[in-house]
Amino acid sequence: MTPNQTAVPLRIVPLGFLGTRRSLRVVERNVFVYRSGWIILVSGFFEPLFYLLSIGLGLNHLVGPLDVEGTKVAYTAFVAPSLLATSAMNGALFDATYNMFFKLKISKVYDTMLATPLDPTDVALGELTWSVVRGGLYATAFFLVMAVMGFVTSWWSLLLLPAALLMAAAFGAVGMAVTTFMRSWQDFDLVGLALIPMFLFSATFYPVTVYPGWLQAVVKLTPLYQGVVLARGMALGHLHPVLLLSVAYLAAMAIVGAIITGRRVRQLLLS
Amino acid sequence: MVAQGLEKRFGDFTAVAGIDFSISRGESFGFLGPNGAGKTSTMRMVACMSPHTGGQLSVLGMDPRTSGSTIRSRIGLVPQQDSLDDELTVEDNLYLYGRYFDLPKRLIRERAVRLLEFAQLTERAKDKVEPLSGGMKRRLTIARSLISEPELLILDEPTTGLDPQARHLLWDRLYRLKSQGVTLVITTHYMDEAEQLCDRLVVMDKGRIVAEGSPRALIEQHSTREVVELRFGLDQQHQGATAIADLAERIEVLPDRVLLYVHDGDAAVAEVHRRGLLPESSLVRRSTLEDVFLRLTGRSLVD
Ligand SMILES: Nc1ncnc2c1ncn2[C@@H]1O[C@H](COP(=O)(O)OP(=O)(O)OP(=O)(O)O)[C@@H](O)[C@H]1O
Ligand SMILES: [Mg+2]
Repeated sequence: MTPNQTAVPLRIVPLGFLGTRRSLRVVERNVFVYRSGWIILVSGFFEPLFYLLSIGLGLNHLVGPLDVEGTKVAYTAFVAPSLLATSAMNGALFDATYNMFFKLKISKVYDTMLATPLDPTDVALGELTWSVVRGGLYATAFFLVMAVMGFVTSWWSLLLLPAALLMAAAFGAVGMAVTTFMRSWQDFDLVGLALIPMFLFSATFYPVTVYPGWLQAVVKLTPLYQGVVLARGMALGHLHPVLLLSVAYLAAMAIVGAIITGRRVRQLLLS
Repeated sequence: MVAQGLEKRFGDFTAVAGIDFSISRGESFGFLGPNGAGKTSTMRMVACMSPHTGGQLSVLGMDPRTSGSTIRSRIGLVPQQDSLDDELTVEDNLYLYGRYFDLPKRLIRERAVRLLEFAQLTERAKDKVEPLSGGMKRRLTIARSLISEPELLILDEPTTGLDPQARHLLWDRLYRLKSQGVTLVITTHYMDEAEQLCDRLVVMDKGRIVAEGSPRALIEQHSTREVVELRFGLDQQHQGATAIADLAERIEVLPDRVLLYVHDGDAAVAEVHRRGLLPESSLVRRSTLEDVFLRLTGRSLVD
């Protein structure tokens, strides 16, 4: 009998603290599940799209162009990047919250995985990867719609995609970490309660400068705000070094979230 | 596999209270014990799914604390509770489980065909798992554990819920695996199964090992060669029992019958008759592992 000793040598160094290549098996499993349920996969993409259409068709005619750093920007072009960021966030959160809870507490999918060479860190990294894939799919589809509607005017806009992936990673990881603390489905109402105001007030629909100073400071702390300014900067080609702070903020969320998730999965399932 | 003073605590509660055992390669080893004895807790520690809280454990010569993943890659586990992936088909359950072990796709497909055959689920291959019957799920769980061709197979009550045909099919399979050198670790509540399958076994009770040996040796050590079961009328149970107490090494009075533990059953029955007692029925049988089990762990329910 040849022992299957692929386990240890496959450790990829930079991600070693999170998991290993084995985490791709978790992604593979999700692909299998969604193969027969792709409708569910795309459903969450439409919400921000409808916002974009509604704004592009209607609101755009009432709100004149905005002055962003000295250039006139059509209102839809101003809002589109933040909706793309929201789209990436939604895509990542679906699997990181409801579906993760289901697998953790009800279907016991992770218990099965942990009887195989997979480790809790592999589960965490695998699910995170999947969240990023789903967020990335949403963002890409959204980007194509933006292109068709004529809001992609410069090559710089392509940078929206890596920004969206980072958003997805940040929200996916924190969403998963929070989910590991949930006790019942009711707890998810609280998540909704946090997400909706964040979506509406994170300078998504207007510049943060409309707020008084202290409120600006609060809004700037929200992760969606960081994603929105990053996305907007990329879309409009305003690449300021200060955006690196947003990148760092989101990257930190992703890493801390993933580490907590790995620990919690270990705690919950390997007792 | 070697365990010394192996212990598992959940908070204040001690599920496994320091047990020693050692299992050699190719052996088939059983864990018996009443509900709550700590069998599953022990299996989970051995399968590197639950860290031990005390003592020493080495599995396949490695330490589960540091080499859990490597050890698990060489283990097959049939958990007490089926944990199939309900969102997938029968076939895909096998396939993905193989993928978790990082096996090549072609190899898994080949093995899956044979394992589905073995589990008699070939016709259901494309069906979702959820509507399968309990026994079918059990068979699929067992088949799944074999997809990686493990060198150590851990089975936690593998045949609970299986019909006799499936049970015998599994026994055959386990025999074959054993002859190929696979190490088997089994828990069961079926004493005939333990007698059939295990080279050696331990009886656990309240987190401790209370006896250890081969099924034969345990019977010789803890029971007599034969057992006589006598039924007197309900009201004459006690009278009957007192009159013949001296005939047996041990006598046990149950609500519906009296058990005499003796070396020679027929001689004992003859003596009972000679003393003028007329039991409604009498049965002479060999001692079984069940007698040992009940002797060691008591007849009353634990909890
Ligand atoms: N995760 C846990 N947390 C707290 N207590 C636990 C946990 N798992 C098991 N126990 C306790 O440990 C004891 C031993 O349980 P275990 O499942 O090992 O018994 P068992 O011998 O497998 O019993 P059965 O024959 O019923 O399967 C039980 O009292 C059980 O309540
Ligand atoms: Mg058990």
